[in-house]
Amino acid sequence: MAKTSAKKAASKKLVTPVKSRKTPLAVKGRGPYVKPDGRDTPLIEMRDISIAFGGIKAVDHASIDLYPGEVVGLLGHNGAGKSTLIKVLSGAYKRDHGQININGDEVTINNPRDAKALGIETIYQTLALADNVDAAANLYLGRELKTSFGTLDDVAMESEARKVMGRLNPNFRRFKEPVSKLSGGQRQSVAIARAIHFNARILIMDEPTAALGPQETAQVGELIKQLKDEGIGIFLISHDLHDVFDLADRLVVMKNGRVVGTANVKDVTKDEVLGMIIAGKCPKGAVPGPGALRDVAA
Amino acid sequence: MSNAPQSSQGPALQNEGPVTRFFRATEINARMLGMLAALVLIWCVFDIASGILRGNFGGLLGGSFLTPRNLWTLLVQTSSIAIMSTGMVLLIVMRQLDLSVGSMLSLVAVSGAVLQVFKLVPVLGVGHPAIWIIAVVACIALGTLIGALNGAVVAYARIPAFIVTLGGLLAYSGLAFYLARGETVAPMDKTYEIFGGGITISWLGPFWSWLLAGVACAAIVFGIANGRRQRLRFKFPLRPMWAEVFLAALGTAAVLGTTLVMNSYPWPFKLIENYAKANNVVIPPGVEDRDGNAICMAGEQVVRCADGLIYYTGFSVPVLIAMVVGLLMTFLATRTMFGRYVYAIGGNPEAAELAGINTKFMIVKGFALMGALVGISSIISSARLNAATNALGGLNELYVIAATVIGGTSLAGGVGTIYGAMLGALMMQSIISGMSLLNLPAAFQNIVVGVVLVFAVYLDQLYSRRVK
Repeated sequence: MAKTSAKKAASKKLVTPVKSRKTPLAVKGRGPYVKPDGRDTPLIEMRDISIAFGGIKAVDHASIDLYPGEVVGLLGHNGAGKSTLIKVLSGAYKRDHGQININGDEVTINNPRDAKALGIETIYQTLALADNVDAAANLYLGRELKTSFGTLDDVAMESEARKVMGRLNPNFRRFKEPVSKLSGGQRQSVAIARAIHFNARILIMDEPTAALGPQETAQVGELIKQLKDEGIGIFLISHDLHDVFDLADRLVVMKNGRVVGTANVKDVTKDEVLGMIIAGKCPKGAVPGPGALRDVAA
Repeated sequence: MSNAPQSSQGPALQNEGPVTRFFRATEINARMLGMLAALVLIWCVFDIASGILRGNFGGLLGGSFLTPRNLWTLLVQTSSIAIMSTGMVLLIVMRQLDLSVGSMLSLVAVSGAVLQVFKLVPVLGVGHPAIWIIAVVACIALGTLIGALNGAVVAYARIPAFIVTLGGLLAYSGLAFYLARGETVAPMDKTYEIFGGGITISWLGPFWSWLLAGVACAAIVFGIANGRRQRLRFKFPLRPMWAEVFLAALGTAAVLGTTLVMNSYPWPFKLIENYAKANNVVIPPGVEDRDGNAICMAGEQVVRCADGLIYYTGFSVPVLIAMVVGLLMTFLATRTMFGRYVYAIGGNPEAAELAGINTKFMIVKGFALMGALVGISSIISSARLNAATNALGGLNELYVIAATVIGGTSLAGGVGTIYGAMLGALMMQSIISGMSLLNLPAAFQNIVVGVVLVFAVYLDQLYSRRVK
């Protein structure tokens, strides 16, 4: 109960500008800020990020942020730039321009190793599993457990894999088989297990429920709530408005590589969000970004 | 989860036939079994056929193929290709390819020979013990360097491995020709020659061979027992006890059988005579027998006979090197991060990159390892020939790739085993030397190897389609 009242208080602050912000935002097009739960410093702050492939600006001066224990839904068409923006954060792409802060400090993310070292874990839409090796090998890919001789400790890794998979997917038994032989849901749980097993601070989920049935989708929902309570910040990229409205606290809509607007989920309707996605129209309840249609936003 | 061990084999267990249950329990790869069966079949066919050719219709073991002499030679001839194929497996698994290994072998061998013959011998004098050590180190280092160069161009200049190593194939063989000026560079250092397995005491002898076999058997039993203990400790599903015993028995039987065959191959009788004379060993008197492998004194003359002075070879040095390389490479592929990353890159390069693996440097390391193995093979080849020419590694790249593919490595990447490639090399060499035994024209050998290569991949496709 206390939690919901805190959230209401947070949404009320939308009207008045936030004074307690330590790092003033100098980003153009950025209005008063939605500040959840009275926390000051965002966990992640991506400022003015740009990246171009050839002549195409996939992300064009986009700024987003994320607070601890918050789920931010990232919405947009195919090609809106949301996956690209998030790949900049996970280290898969190197940005051309912009700054990334974690807890207010600027960080360097040039490759996936950097991102992981900072506690940023990603569940990719394609799952990014090595299909020919088993679940434990995928779980520990890139940070294998080693014996005192420096060799792979397969038994320990399998043991840990059994524990974590037992929590996520209790019916999972096929530890000896390459993941290519697993079902879509099982592969997804391996990918999720890999992201949450290493004490992530920030979790990026790119279409996490795309390959799942209703029951498994509900499980992912439960998991997201559980991770939220642990104070992990989550970026949720999804096509599915229902998912975002069910799971996210706040949403950011992108169009043509630019941020259309940011809004608390409670302050906008699904139709309004659709309008943001399709036309770039920013409704009253949202804070317009640089990508919003000017006349409507004004 | 704590009572999982039995149930976790899954409900599929109930309606399995005995054959499926056998394979599941022993975890023997059906593919591997098929390859072994094919190998045994090839051996038997060649043996019977070579028997018939000699007018001996006695069936199996009546011919000249399944004799200690032929099997011993077969293993020695296989070792060079087998060593290189272990590196090729990892490259192909990583979705790369090295077409330049044959030319690289020529170049490394010629460079090593030039170093020995024209640089070291004039300075150090013939037979200086440092010569062979410097030559061996130089060959392996040069191989690694050339391999790393291939890999760096592939990884960082982003040129497909096929093109880079095709260029290497031409360039390195040209360089080898230039270095040797088209001549044969010889002779090699006497100690260096031991690596070829072609001269006196370039083998272990029966005592050390048996000792080695004993150690290997103990290692097999210990490995299986240790694996079981580990799984027990973590409460994982266990193999049935009979399967463990079966695997241990199979492994030790294979080791002991191979050792027995190797230890039944006597030295060439002329070599026994020379050795006896040099070391003042008394040659016993006896009756001449032209088919015997021992020597004895018939009056004042040394003759061949059935009973008399005889020495057996045991494992030869190149075969030992190949075995050690095979073991090390298997260890590397299955027990280390390097191996795990090789397979992960082969399975999904993008995922490997996203998991934080430095895929480019892995490619460089893979090619450098291939180069080091080429260096080892070049030592064996040039030592065996007691010379190096720019044609020493001719067509070797194709034999190595063929052995790897026959051994079950998929050119699509991600799949392949070290032992499979070594078995593939053995199978190919069996076909080649079997046909020589049958007096078939040399032209046939390549025809048959080519057909076998295509057929093996066809069988593999059939098999993997059925498994899916």
